Amino acid sequence: MSTLHAHTVLIVAAILFVLGLAGVLTRKNIIFMLLSIEIMLNAAGLAFVAAGSRWQQPDGQVMYLFILAMAAAEVSVALALVLQIQHQHKTLDVEELRELKD
Amino acid sequence: MSLIFYISSFIAILSTIMVITRYQPIHALLYLVVSFLALSVTFLSLGAPFAAALQIIVYAGAIVVLFIFVVMMLNLGKQTAQQEKEWLQLRAWLGPSILSLVLLAEMAVLLLQDNPTGMPAAVVTPKQVSLSLYGEYVIAVELVGFLLMTGIVGAAHIGKHKKKNLHRFLQTYPNLN
Repeated sequence: MSTLHAHTVLIVAAILFVLGLAGVLTRKNIIFMLLSIEIMLNAAGLAFVAAGSRWQQPDGQVMYLFILAMAAAEVSVALALVLQIQHQHKTLDVEELRELKD
Repeated sequence: MSLIFYISSFIAILSTIMVITRYQPIHALLYLVVSFLALSVTFLSLGAPFAAALQIIVYAGAIVVLFIFVVMMLNLGKQTAQQEKEWLQLRAWLGPSILSLVLLAEMAVLLLQDNPTGMPAAVVTPKQVSLSLYGEYVIAVELVGFLLMTGIVGAAHIGKHKKKNLHRFLQTYPNLN
């Protein structure tokens, strides 16, 4: 980190997070929304690792490990839900899945 | 070292843009793998080799494989062969291949350097990470174990194909009447 500012890494993480957020907000296919959520989680992990590298502490990588485990659990449950949605509704478009809407 | 960081983060941003603008899920997944690999090189250039290895093993190795598995399961039909032929065109995998070759060139430059000055001066080693993980964060590690357990049970329960969703009072038993 001697030649690299922490600001640069945080800007990269922010760009990745905004790209993932744009993906969640614009795509209608539920698989693409899950991919964008993964991108957002990864950007948050990049910010944690950058902070840990800035202060030379292992806590940033520990937090990255927790984000990793959370992403793995989330994606397994979400993909099981995707399989059930495809099985019961024959579609993956979130505009079609409005049974819970008032 | 900062040049490595700039190149790999540029590749990460570029491939992420390609992920959220694709129409086919498989093409998006190819670019997603490239994005994860580029972020791994970024972690390496930040002095976090343990996080870089875990990024490749868990994200690019497990999560993307889960996505590919589900996408392939959802497409069981007569048009599957035609679809695979469309998915494996040259321009589908040319972009991810070029971006990963740039990452491979970066890795070769890092490995073939004679002096170790290319690596960052201060590296947070896996020993420090594991001492902290099983020292002060041991409660959080147990909670993550609970989380993974509930994830497994939830995925196994939700993913089960049930025959019908009727309440037991609404079901008819033909052997009773």
